[in-house]
Amino acid sequence: MKIFLPECTEFEDFLMINIFEVHETNTMIEQEKLDVRTITMGISLLDCGDSNLDTLNQNIYDKITHVAKNLVSVGRDIEREYGIPIVNKRISVTPIALIGGRACSSPEDFVTIAQTLERAAKTTQVNFLGGYSALVSKGMTPADEHLIRSIPQALASTERVCSSVNIGSTRTGINMDAVKLMGEIVKETAVATKDNSSMGCAKLVIFCNAPDDNPFMAGAFHGVTEGDTVIHVGVSGPGVVKHALEGVRGENFEVLCETVKKTAFKVTRAGQLVAKEASERLGVPFGIVDLSLAPTPSVGDSVAEILEEMGLESVGAPGSTAALALLNDQVKKGGVMASSFVGGLSGAFLPVSEDQGMIDAVNRGALTIEKLEAMTCVCSVGLDMIAIPGTTSAATISGIIADEAAIGMINQKTTAVRLIPVIGKDVGDTVEFGGLLGHAPIQRVNTFSCEAFINRGGRIPAPIHSFKN
Amino acid sequence: MRQTMKKTIITVVGTDTVGIIAKVCTYLADNKVNVEDISQTIIQGYFNMMMIVDTSKSPKQVGEMVTDLEAIGDEMGLKIRCQHEDIFTRMHRI
Repeated sequence: MKIFLPECTEFEDFLMINIFEVHETNTMIEQEKLDVRTITMGISLLDCGDSNLDTLNQNIYDKITHVAKNLVSVGRDIEREYGIPIVNKRISVTPIALIGGRACSSPEDFVTIAQTLERAAKTTQVNFLGGYSALVSKGMTPADEHLIRSIPQALASTERVCSSVNIGSTRTGINMDAVKLMGEIVKETAVATKDNSSMGCAKLVIFCNAPDDNPFMAGAFHGVTEGDTVIHVGVSGPGVVKHALEGVRGENFEVLCETVKKTAFKVTRAGQLVAKEASERLGVPFGIVDLSLAPTPSVGDSVAEILEEMGLESVGAPGSTAALALLNDQVKKGGVMASSFVGGLSGAFLPVSEDQGMIDAVNRGALTIEKLEAMTCVCSVGLDMIAIPGTTSAATISGIIADEAAIGMINQKTTAVRLIPVIGKDVGDTVEFGGLLGHAPIQRVNTFSCEAFINRGGRIPAPIHSFKN
Repeated sequence: MRQTMKKTIITVVGTDTVGIIAKVCTYLADNKVNVEDISQTIIQGYFNMMMIVDTSKSPKQVGEMVTDLEAIGDEMGLKIRCQHEDIFTRMHRI
């Protein structure tokens, strides 16, 4: 028992955690769905390279299963000892186009690497492994092109492998040849996985300004600027923010912003703690905490509901972009104070199928792709998990990719596209992906053609870095 | 070493019944866990008890205690959690 003089009370109380604080944290976890969304181990495969395909595959498998063998069990231990759920344990690897170049002379050769990654993911018991990727923001090597052309087959023949392609950046401009190709690849992936709701497309992200240290799937890869292995953590907590905002209804923006900031601080501290602990126990350096508010399909874990709590009848209504901008900015302001290293995507996600509030807004006709596009100007990460009619042309998909990439390029931010043209479905239908990927109504796409624009070929030059308007 | 210096927080939430503290404390004593502070209050109609304990002399790992205490809680119709103190201090202290 502690014994202290009355005048010490305040100081003691300051140091000693009290029952109300403990209650608040546990309520956040139990009722408001606070969790650590993912511990992602980044693994460099640069030392696995070989000109023999079988040796290369073996090297990759051996390295991943060796360095990540304790990832899942350590994650579970931390979860148990701190009483905070860690929803996903994942792995990201060096973009495979950089690794497979010497050994792979065809898309089929690359598919064998995807299957090796799948085996490694199963052995290490992670639910997703990202990095089946190519970085082609300026140009494509033959290896890049082989990898990209192998994506439909790779995603159709694996469950846990995630793929991403970076097709543009603020420094390089947009590689429109790659944009055109990716429109076709998205479509082919949809066809290749049509028996499974075109699920392959849910594991394929097309980026502009892709970050090297993103822990979130499907866009995670281990950038070449990273060390050999690293631990990144992605936090979550839309439910916690929403609950906090319920307490300040009708208050002005200053109060609103302060509340979001304080909540983001607490959420991020939990993430930072888990990241440090995981890094220590695994003997792997800590990389970054990603501050993204990542929703899940369960009720009360929605970014849309936060925006509605701010005073919108439905997300998509006028004011949505402003509400999202302030949310995103305040989350960052609270988060950077709570973590020593912040990185990744760090923003509010708007994955339509993974956010019940977004799904409801689409169903009531309040939220269109065009409004979502506008909202992506002020948040990460882009047009995410949007189901569109299976009849949408490859050129139209390329056009949407180009639009989103242009927003990223001009505004010096990460943007991405993860569209699912669901084969056999049209506006009015719903598609079910299951689990964290949720379900989505098929959204209407503007059907006017952009084919002649997309077919031009070449690159859009890098933007000017002055005269900001 | 740093690991063993950490305090652990045990919380009990539920309807107040006879012998809650006795039962939890018996378990802790059996496992050489020292209780440093106890506080209790009613929050939203529920009995809330918090103990700050030192597990450094205990032969059991925190993970095992989590499971044991959960089982004791289930027997009594209570929610008993056992968590490293850090999750709370990190969140509520700068």
